Amino acid sequence: MEENTNKQYHTHITSKHKLFSLNLKEVWQYKDLIVLFTKRSFTLTYKQTVLGPAWIFLNPLISGLIYAFVFGGIAGIGTDGVPAILFYLTSNAVWTFFAACVNKNASTFTSNAGVFGKVYFPRLTTPISNVLSSIIQFGIQILLVLGFLIYYLAVGEVSPNWIAWIFIPIEIVHLGLLGLGVGIIISSLTTKYRDLTVLVTFGVQLWMYITPIVYPMSQLNMGLMKTILMINPVTAPVEAIRYAILGQGTIMPIYLVISWVLTIAVTMFGIMIFNKVEKTFMDTV
Amino acid sequence: MSEQSTNREIAIKLSSVKKQYKLGQIGGGTLTADLQSWWARRRGKEDPNTKIGQDQRLIGQTFMALNGIDLTVYKGEALGIIGGNGAGKSTMLKLLSRVTAPTEGEIDIYGRITSMLEVGTGFNGELTGRENVYMNGAILGMTKAEIDAKMEDIIEFSEVREFIDTPVKRYSSGMYVKLAFSIAAHLDSEIMIMDEVLAVGDMAFQKKCLDKMREVAKKEGRTVLYVSHNMNTIRQLCDRCVVLEQGKVVFEGNVEEAITIYLNKTDDEFSCLNDLSKRDRPKSSTNKAFMQQIAFLNKTKAVCTRGEFLKIKLDWIAKANLSDVKFRMIVRYRDDSPVGLVQSESLGNFSVDETQITNLEFDTSMLAEGKYFFSIALFQSDEVGNSVILDHVTRACSIEILNNTEDKKILNWEHRWWGSIRFPSLKILNQGFIKDGNH
Repeated sequence: MEENTNKQYHTHITSKHKLFSLNLKEVWQYKDLIVLFTKRSFTLTYKQTVLGPAWIFLNPLISGLIYAFVFGGIAGIGTDGVPAILFYLTSNAVWTFFAACVNKNASTFTSNAGVFGKVYFPRLTTPISNVLSSIIQFGIQILLVLGFLIYYLAVGEVSPNWIAWIFIPIEIVHLGLLGLGVGIIISSLTTKYRDLTVLVTFGVQLWMYITPIVYPMSQLNMGLMKTILMINPVTAPVEAIRYAILGQGTIMPIYLVISWVLTIAVTMFGIMIFNKVEKTFMDTV
Repeated sequence: MSEQSTNREIAIKLSSVKKQYKLGQIGGGTLTADLQSWWARRRGKEDPNTKIGQDQRLIGQTFMALNGIDLTVYKGEALGIIGGNGAGKSTMLKLLSRVTAPTEGEIDIYGRITSMLEVGTGFNGELTGRENVYMNGAILGMTKAEIDAKMEDIIEFSEVREFIDTPVKRYSSGMYVKLAFSIAAHLDSEIMIMDEVLAVGDMAFQKKCLDKMREVAKKEGRTVLYVSHNMNTIRQLCDRCVVLEQGKVVFEGNVEEAITIYLNKTDDEFSCLNDLSKRDRPKSSTNKAFMQQIAFLNKTKAVCTRGEFLKIKLDWIAKANLSDVKFRMIVRYRDDSPVGLVQSESLGNFSVDETQITNLEFDTSMLAEGKYFFSIALFQSDEVGNSVILDHVTRACSIEILNNTEDKKILNWEHRWWGSIRFPSLKILNQGFIKDGNH
């Protein structure tokens, strides 16, 4: 007789927690929140700025030019015959996306402590919306890349592998998952150790240099450096995306598979400790 | 009562819930510090990160914020939760709103919970009022369609229609609260949790909130959990009350009884000598003076018969060159309702680092029997009459006023209805009976 109407909203809280509970159903209920979080990250970035949304284009364009100048111009690193600016714009777009996923998620708990400490909502909504907003940012950067691509196609200086374009969305999801996994692992640890945040900034920068971003794979001979690069789970997706857009580089099936396995392992582990930490992190943060 | 309650629908059930906190430092805070400590301990050396004078026993010690709470909340009731500081009220609400998890025990919640632990949670200054309504609503679990449907009501209730498309960083604190409360009040949740949200906002809006909350509980059959130090709002809103003490439920039931029990618990604060040096100071204080201690001189216990003069000794230090310093006391009845303000003439001018002992006398004849708290302050007044607070301590000292022999003819003073001021008796100027037709 009792509890008839409210049964659908029954919540049971215990001290024990399941090691791995995704609660995707609950996250789905809060999908509007994810959308709002994603929107907010854009509106906030460009409020009270002179150029407004133009920054979305200006930012990657400027860093692309700088890369082309420093690495292509001064250091004289070749780009396998691909126009330097196009090469660096593409690489930079992919890397910015991955780095944003790691960096934004790495501070999930510490930067949201105010809200997390007051109300409950599935915490996973924050990292998910971080990845989504990074994907949109990536999409905008790709528009810029497309602009240059059309020009260079007309000039006949680039030959994309159109069939391989199917890899682009897949590999973006791949990188997004990896960034999410790494990010939430770090964020779970930073609730206790604040100095990890400093490490992340350095770590992500260092990571860029052991990923073929500012240079193509072909610049490396076999050796320790190449092995490190190949084990790096970001390498294979980056190469695959560049292969599709620029027709440069290779798709490496074995390393792609290895990277996927690593990604899934990291993401699972990330969600696991995220789940553990989110229950009580307010007591330690 | 118990027969009736077994038939009622349960909204929340807590069974032997415990929440443990670690005392002292939780780790070093940084990875390097923790590694350092660990390495030092391994080699049997002294931990380099131990603060000098830190009590070693405290490290690793734990503290039970909640120590076995059993409580059932029924659907549609407004339950008040009262208790002193550190009794576990906030911890309990945190557990219910799922901000943190219990250490032991189980909680069953039937229905969706909206918590308004602090007003404006999740408000972003850069976003407009309307955007924040969407944001806040979504954080509290509403979908966009639900918010759209309620948007008009929310704006209407909040009284900030003209500013709804202005960034909330330009709002006054009152507008902030109104909007935030309005969102929470219009949620479709079955259970609402409130932690002293009514502390801000103007009187009219406070009343509106209380009415809305009552309406929510009575008409819509929603459950309200309300935590407050203000006994009057508890009285107005709640139909049942729980008293928490040291992480345990010490009383559950009738509101008036609960309030009496709670107020009697606070008696141990009554002392003639009150050290103020370690008390918190409010942000509004300029801290240009520092009150060290306040004492009642002519007393051994902080108990006074009405009409007696209370001799007060205040020890304080001037932290700057000060002119025209005045002293004042805000008198509050024990249920936190304000009674009045008493202030001194100018104490004079003081130069920096001068230690002062100021003796004062307070006439208690206006206070009805009961227990009172004094919030004290040193201040200066500027030309237009605004006061600059030099130092302020809330609830610095307390006193119990007893009836004098004449007063005993009126038995119980009803503070709830009469307030706490006992004016001097009305003077009878003259009286006589009017003779017919002849004045």
